[in-house]
Amino acid sequence: MLRIDVEGAAGSLRLQVAFQSQADVIALFGRSGAGKTTLVNMIAGLRRPDRGRIEVDGAVLFDSAEGIDLPPWRRRVGYVFQEGRLFPHLSVRRNLLYGCSVVPPPDRRITLDAIVSLLGLSDLLERRPANLSGGEKQRVVIGRALLAHPKLLLLDEPLAGLDGHRKDEVLHYIELMRDEVGVPAVYVSHSIEEVVRLADDVVVLAHGMVSAFGSVEDVMGRPELRSSTGIFEGGSVIDAKVVAQDVDYDLATLAFDGGELTVTNLDALIGEPIRLRIRARDVSIALEAPRAVSIQNVLQATIVSVGTPQNGIVSVTMTVGSVPLRSRVTQRAVDQLGLKPGQPVFALVKAVSLDRRSVGRA
Amino acid sequence: MGLTGEEWEVLRLSIKVASASVLVSLPVALLVAHALARWRFPGKSLVDAFIHLPLVLPPVVIGYFLLLLLGRRGAVGSFLDQHLGIVFAFRWTGAAIAAAVMGFPLMVRAIRLSIEAIDERLEGAAYTLGARPVRVFATIVVPLALPGVVTGALLGFARSLGEFGATITFVSNIPGETRTLPLAIYTYTQVPNGDVQALRLSLIAVAVSLVSLLISEVLARRAVAATKGHDVAH
Repeated sequence: MLRIDVEGAAGSLRLQVAFQSQADVIALFGRSGAGKTTLVNMIAGLRRPDRGRIEVDGAVLFDSAEGIDLPPWRRRVGYVFQEGRLFPHLSVRRNLLYGCSVVPPPDRRITLDAIVSLLGLSDLLERRPANLSGGEKQRVVIGRALLAHPKLLLLDEPLAGLDGHRKDEVLHYIELMRDEVGVPAVYVSHSIEEVVRLADDVVVLAHGMVSAFGSVEDVMGRPELRSSTGIFEGGSVIDAKVVAQDVDYDLATLAFDGGELTVTNLDALIGEPIRLRIRARDVSIALEAPRAVSIQNVLQATIVSVGTPQNGIVSVTMTVGSVPLRSRVTQRAVDQLGLKPGQPVFALVKAVSLDRRSVGRA
Repeated sequence: MGLTGEEWEVLRLSIKVASASVLVSLPVALLVAHALARWRFPGKSLVDAFIHLPLVLPPVVIGYFLLLLLGRRGAVGSFLDQHLGIVFAFRWTGAAIAAAVMGFPLMVRAIRLSIEAIDERLEGAAYTLGARPVRVFATIVVPLALPGVVTGALLGFARSLGEFGATITFVSNIPGETRTLPLAIYTYTQVPNGDVQALRLSLIAVAVSLVSLLISEVLARRAVAATKGHDVAH
């Protein structure tokens, strides 16, 4: 349980943030300059809020009213920095073990061996940080933070500065960590794909304030948040399970309670839970089930609401089973098809629009 | 040309005095350099200026102040003498103190520069890993500042070997006790027919300085390699 209620300043930015969440992974989402890193530094104890209270798992780290302000070395809050910050004069092994010695033995739940095998570090142990690739560095930073046995892990855009391939590699390890280690985490990002893949709750920050807070499924579908994030694009988040793999065509079939979805190029085992994000503009609407069409995903849906047109575009919300699915279509299409709430329709989604960036382990 | 017994004595004493001055002042210089580089406290620029005084004051003035302070009848010196039996005046230990004071600003400057060059965020990272400030200082700051520490130690050592004014004022020119290389050279230039001795001692001073420069060059290169973070060949 993370409870935050702080006010403070960083340069010209006034920060005023309050939320509480039980989630395993909380995403801090927003543009650069929105105050994400400032907030994370306050949680870590590297920056002092003017006022407020920070509580992790029932332990008060900061409370201006009670005069509590634990120094960072007593907070047990792990920090994965954007720029890594490995100690250049120490080997990977000694970097990993740096925070371990101060943890009382009964609190040590994770061993060096477990971290090394989880993050694939066995070949790197005797190397020096300067000789590691960007992705290798971030894996070591994550391992180093975990071996200090934190009660909360802060990840400040750990994928920034990595190229696409390295990003996927590190993201994969972060998913493994989330599933295997069970330390609650705050994940700072301005990438919607990362947030959807990793997080349960999202805090959207804009100009130092919380502009939205809620579950990923809820927040991601709200089109009005576009102004606070700039890159925000309406969509739907669906939790599904892998039910079949077609090796010949490199396709996977996912089942959720509204039907089945076919996606491409998914590296997952049958039975594995998967979360995917469908952008609203990738969803088309048909009144009849189309025949002789290349689109692989045709889902039976019911229209819930038809939005007001903006620049000729209308946002239509449907349900597929119990899952909300959003579509962006033109005003002319709405009029031609006569779309209205309560109407049964077919939602069409191209399999190739669900690429590996929008699909991840749930 | 072999060294005479007297020359050996002067050389040994000089190295003893210089080594002792470096050993004593290095830990203090490290702390002061760290404070000046990292801490914020009122009167910091005053402290900074005070530390630099030996660079700008005539050494004789420093020697005279040391005499007033640490001499047998000095403010601190009389206390040390009566209660702890420690005497610096006219002893080689006093020469080491004079040399340490004169070399101190050079040491602090070199170490401070290399501490300021360390990415402060590494210290923040160490704090989040549960390390207290003392441990961060010992395991992050000092190792990463090692090139500056080596340079500072060499500067201090060289300054100590060459110290003249403060030494002769504070502890006088006593053969076998406080007569270091510069004092011995000076003494020979003051006596008739001492030219050859003065020249021989000067050449010894050149040799000692060269050797210490070479040693520190090797040490500094190793220190830089260790802090750069590249894989080390075993």
